[in-house]
Amino acid sequence: MDQAKPNVPRNAGAVNLDAEGLAPPETPWEEFLRIFKKDYQALLGFLVLVLLLITALAGKALTEWWVVFDPQVVRLTDKFLPPLSVPSPDSIPADRPFAGVYLMGTDELGRDVFARMFQGSFVSLSIGFVAVGISLGIGILLGGLSGFYGHVKLWFITVDTLIMRFTDAMMCFPTFFLILTAVALLPPSIYTIMIIIGLFSWMGTARFVRAEFLSIREQDYVTAAKALGIPEGRIIFRHMVPNALAPVFVSATIGVATAILTESGLSFLGFGVPPPYATWGNILSDGKGFVFDAPGYFHSSPGDFYRRSGL
Amino acid sequence: MWNFIIRNVAQRLILLVIVSFLAHSFIHLAPGEPSEVDPMNPRMKPEDIAKIRAAFHLDDPLYMQYVYWVRDLATGELKSFKDSQPVLPKIWDRFLNSLPLFILATILIWTWAFPTGIYGAVHRGGAYDRLTVFSSYALISVPGFFLSFLAILWVVGWFGVPVISIKTFGMEHAEPIYQAMDRVWHLVIPSIMAAIGGIAILSRYVRSQMLEVLGQDYVRTARAKGLKEDTVIYGHALGNALLPFVTMFGLLLPGLIGGSVIFEQIFAWPGLGRLAFEAILARDFPIIMTLNFIVAVLTLLGTLLSDILYAVVDPRIRLH
Repeated sequence: MDQAKPNVPRNAGAVNLDAEGLAPPETPWEEFLRIFKKDYQALLGFLVLVLLLITALAGKALTEWWVVFDPQVVRLTDKFLPPLSVPSPDSIPADRPFAGVYLMGTDELGRDVFARMFQGSFVSLSIGFVAVGISLGIGILLGGLSGFYGHVKLWFITVDTLIMRFTDAMMCFPTFFLILTAVALLPPSIYTIMIIIGLFSWMGTARFVRAEFLSIREQDYVTAAKALGIPEGRIIFRHMVPNALAPVFVSATIGVATAILTESGLSFLGFGVPPPYATWGNILSDGKGFVFDAPGYFHSSPGDFYRRSGL
Repeated sequence: MWNFIIRNVAQRLILLVIVSFLAHSFIHLAPGEPSEVDPMNPRMKPEDIAKIRAAFHLDDPLYMQYVYWVRDLATGELKSFKDSQPVLPKIWDRFLNSLPLFILATILIWTWAFPTGIYGAVHRGGAYDRLTVFSSYALISVPGFFLSFLAILWVVGWFGVPVISIKTFGMEHAEPIYQAMDRVWHLVIPSIMAAIGGIAILSRYVRSQMLEVLGQDYVRTARAKGLKEDTVIYGHALGNALLPFVTMFGLLLPGLIGGSVIFEQIFAWPGLGRLAFEAILARDFPIIMTLNFIVAVLTLLGTLLSDILYAVVDPRIRLH
């Protein structure tokens, strides 16, 4: 058929394969959807994730761009109210919360905890995602380099030795202590925290990606790609990276939760995100000072939210 | 075998030098100095600051400071910037305080996580399995200090026993039995709180490892031979599932400092984590450096030990 029409477009081969029933019965995306629909747990987790993202974006929008819930209004008449309570009669009318109810009560300055949680969800999630993004980037780069170009000699040691010994050296530090040292010594800001958490948590990813690359490099489809004369960059990014990444993303989702928890630990020690930003971590650790006077406030605060983001 | 051990030790010694050098330059290059801890004090004249800087060798180039640090550490004369106490005895005292907490927490983690994970894997999908998976997710997602505060509230409120700090102040003249009881109460709650996170994480690892092994061909073969289910699980599968956890022994030790900062802070426990935290606040470089160094030594020793154990168990590794 091809011989009969030598100037067919390049994708004609694929069309022919379809016609002869040789093409895969479904595209990777369709296969993914089919498996995904069966797995209720994955579906539930995905729904929760979407819900959280919507909450975070809405939190950003409703507290900063179009202020419905103002997390920064201080109402000294309404301190330490339990959840679902109404503002006291002598509060300033303009400062009353949306719909006239404090959904999650108020804190020690009379700020609306619900509004602060709403704002904090965006800050916390962005800390989690940015930190994990940085650590994934470094981890994939270093792991991929040492997995694919590991045998290349630089002067007297191989790339693999160089990178993996550096990774080992980084793993010798106690991570949380190192992050704490860095955050305490550097000027406090939300960006410092994101970057520091990312910079000190890539070691596991790097080792993982390296191991994946080492085994994938020997697979038949990579040999086939090489034999076809496909350039190395394309082999790495189109053939190997997608196959190496699936397990890495699983650990990345846990990494997001870990980063948020690390931030809350830092907040607890007084080195978290500085005010005026609210995060789930510093709302919770602000609460710790009043746990014996106003326990209701502490209980009702972000503990529940952590549980959801962990999924 | 000896060849393998010698090569590993040599590699780790080089690594140790690199680690300490990295830590040193990192700490000294970051902003903030011990001479600037109290900038508002009117009695601090420029001469005093110059004197402090000279005494701590802060004006020398970085590599000389590193040499001084190594020399002082080797001769045991390293002194804290904050109170001029020798560093090593100070760390040793705090280490002895941290040790019972660490040991009890580790025992709790290892004795709870393994049975939980193994039982969950063997009865996969059962009510117990689903319960433990759900609760381990929940425990991982809640920050440790939140749970600790709740625990303090409950224990103090219901049992009326004090749990903060290492012992109750003013109990020195009480009967030994009461003193011992007091110590136990003070020890148990922080240990449980420190262990909960570890149990949740480790039991999930054990469960997935066990599930993977139970799906292997040799387990099916053992079942096909008609062996009893107990023999299959405990005789054939368990040993292979537990093998990777040999390496975890090595990585336990950094947790002695890193993981304990928050819990020692909550429970006012005068241990290593708090020492580290106080040293960071005071820019007490010798203590930060030495703690980092000790942790690195312990970690490397731990990984060396687990590598050797692995090589003994699995001959393939020796030949690489």
